[in-house]
Amino acid sequence: MNTQFFRTVRLAIKSLLLHKLRSGLTMLGIVFGVFSVIAMLAIGEGASSQAQRQVLELGATNIIVRSVKPPDDGENTASSSNSRVLRYGLLEKDYRLLTAIPTITQTTPMREIVKQARYQHRQLNVRIVGCTPEYLTINHLNMAPGGRFLTGHDLDSLENVCVVGSQAAAVLFPYEDPLGKIVQLENQAYQVIGVTNERTASAAIGGSMSGQDYNKDVYIPLTTMKVRFGILNVQRSAGSFSAEQIELSQVTLQVASKEDVISTAEVVRESVERNHPRSKDYAVVVPLELLKQADQIRYIFNFVLGSIAAISLIVGGIGIMNIMLATVTERTREIGIRRALGAKRSDIINQFLTETIVLSGTGGLVGIFLGLMTPVAFTGLKFAVNQFVLSGSSGTSDISRIFLEMQPQVAIWSLPIAFGISVAIGVIFGVYPARSAARLDPIEALRHE
Amino acid sequence: MYAAQLTELMKTYYMGDNVVRALRGVTLDIPTGDFLAIMGSSGSGKSTLLNLLGCLDRPSSGKYMLGGVDVSTMSDDKLSGIRNKMIGFIFQSFNLITQYTVLENILLPLQYRQGAPTITSYDEKRCIEIASRVGLAQRLDHRPFQLSGGQQQRVAIARALINDPEIIMADEPTGNLDSVTATEIMQILKDLNAEGRTIIMVTHEPDVAIQTKRQIYMKDGLVAGEGIFAYESTAQPVPH
Ligand SMILES: Nc1ncnc2c1ncn2[C@@H]1O[C@H](COP(=O)(O)OP(=O)(O)O)[C@@H](O)[C@H]1O
Ligand SMILES: [Mg+2]
Repeated sequence: MNTQFFRTVRLAIKSLLLHKLRSGLTMLGIVFGVFSVIAMLAIGEGASSQAQRQVLELGATNIIVRSVKPPDDGENTASSSNSRVLRYGLLEKDYRLLTAIPTITQTTPMREIVKQARYQHRQLNVRIVGCTPEYLTINHLNMAPGGRFLTGHDLDSLENVCVVGSQAAAVLFPYEDPLGKIVQLENQAYQVIGVTNERTASAAIGGSMSGQDYNKDVYIPLTTMKVRFGILNVQRSAGSFSAEQIELSQVTLQVASKEDVISTAEVVRESVERNHPRSKDYAVVVPLELLKQADQIRYIFNFVLGSIAAISLIVGGIGIMNIMLATVTERTREIGIRRALGAKRSDIINQFLTETIVLSGTGGLVGIFLGLMTPVAFTGLKFAVNQFVLSGSSGTSDISRIFLEMQPQVAIWSLPIAFGISVAIGVIFGVYPARSAARLDPIEALRHE
Repeated sequence: MYAAQLTELMKTYYMGDNVVRALRGVTLDIPTGDFLAIMGSSGSGKSTLLNLLGCLDRPSSGKYMLGGVDVSTMSDDKLSGIRNKMIGFIFQSFNLITQYTVLENILLPLQYRQGAPTITSYDEKRCIEIASRVGLAQRLDHRPFQLSGGQQQRVAIARALINDPEIIMADEPTGNLDSVTATEIMQILKDLNAEGRTIIMVTHEPDVAIQTKRQIYMKDGLVAGEGIFAYESTAQPVPH
């Protein structure tokens, strides 16, 4: 059985090698089909694992409650036209309510404003984050050696101290050690007490498209912010003036175990709802829920991309069948000779089917090899996009940034599947030519010129 | 002891409304060790008869006993096995596989042996023996197109011998050869017959037929006569 199998395979390889160019060209369909299946799945995997990573960066046991500017309906404009100040978002009493939930182990309230930071002549727009000491651990931030994060004492005594994100530090202090230096945050002086290590951006939350980039943040005590910057966020643009009053931009809650996250999130929603019965001016983001969504998106993505690529595999299969049918006609005489010498119909079927499978299987292996090169090819693609598509446009959009940051990941499970599919294509599209070869009448076949 | 026994063998071809009765009841005994020439004009049914004898086809009716076994109703797979084991074919147009070497062509029937055992060094030794016997020992690596017609027919004979068949079927084996080469091929066949193999050969050349042991003459799908002179006096076939 085994020796027979290898003999048949050897025979198939031999007869395929007789027409190297033809066999090669016939194989190309499968090669590119398999390649595109692997590449599509790799791109899908890359995109979804990027999304997954960003969600995980938010913290799998965290629940994030964020202030959201409510939609501009009649009710809100009425209240804001009176005072010219738009009040919305989380309140300090919301925070107090949330800290009372028993399954929550750690909380950190936070308020953010975008302002200019300056050191000597260097300046940078940063997100100033007023927060508490817990902010560091809840957001998985790490301190660079030498410095420290905000402490309870800093908050109690309203210290003018700040912790600078790695990128902000690099821009403001390219040549010096930032520790102990004084930065200007809108004309107020703050002493740098620490620098955070670089941290990968997390997923976008609260309706904003861009992910959260922690590296350009500057952290100051929440209490200091309230006193020094006031409770209004003032924005002036082209002659118009608008002010918003937000007590807290965000409250991050940490739950003891993953199992409690979903149920706790329900309690959180109910609690906040009580203080905000009418306006939807906050959002509850549960990374664990996002993760489940991301998984679902990934399945859909893989399925759709895989299906598109599968079409090219089918086209490849039809190409093989076409050539094999031509081969059967061309080799009718040979089939007749083999039959006269004692070949059974099944021997003829095996012979032609094996040829098709060897052809498609080899195509599959070459395709897998190309598929493994997907990340390399993608790097080239990124380079090309950077050079020719994005070169003219100023600044990079979120979409192009997502594209440029994405790294395709060849899914190991897709390799055996792709090979299996290519062999299956050989079987499916080889059966008909092989059967038509075996059906030939030996005498007719022998007479064939 | 008979190598083959035909009883009222008929073969009818249906082509649309046309019915072609290629064989209309052939009864024929071929003893073991016979060297039979089947003669007759074109269309008389010689090839049809040889195809049936060679188990390449099944009769429409009648009985065909081959080596004491009724093969007239055997399945396609069984007939394939019989062709492989018991019968060696030699064709007018050689029918070698062009992309194979001489050695590979000669070994080809071994591939379809019962159980498909691996080709052993013993097989190869036998193959070389047979090849030297037909004068091809120096040509084993050649391909058919590098050989003359006579050499190609020798390859075909060697291939027919590799499974040591009891019967050799030859359809005009010398038809495509010059007379000198034809004589050489006939000598090989005579030698094979001399060692006990039954040979059945279709030919329309009397000087080839005369070298066999026995001649039958076909006409309109029937055996119309026997003996070399039956062929020459076509007007008055000797009754069978
Ligand atoms: N496959 C076939 N289909 C229809 N008719 C056939 C077929 N094979 C042979 N015949 C007919 O049967 C008759 C005998 O043919 P054949 O045995 O080839 O004669 P010969 O070999 O003596 O020239 C002829 O009339 C031929 O046309
Ligand atoms: Mg004929």
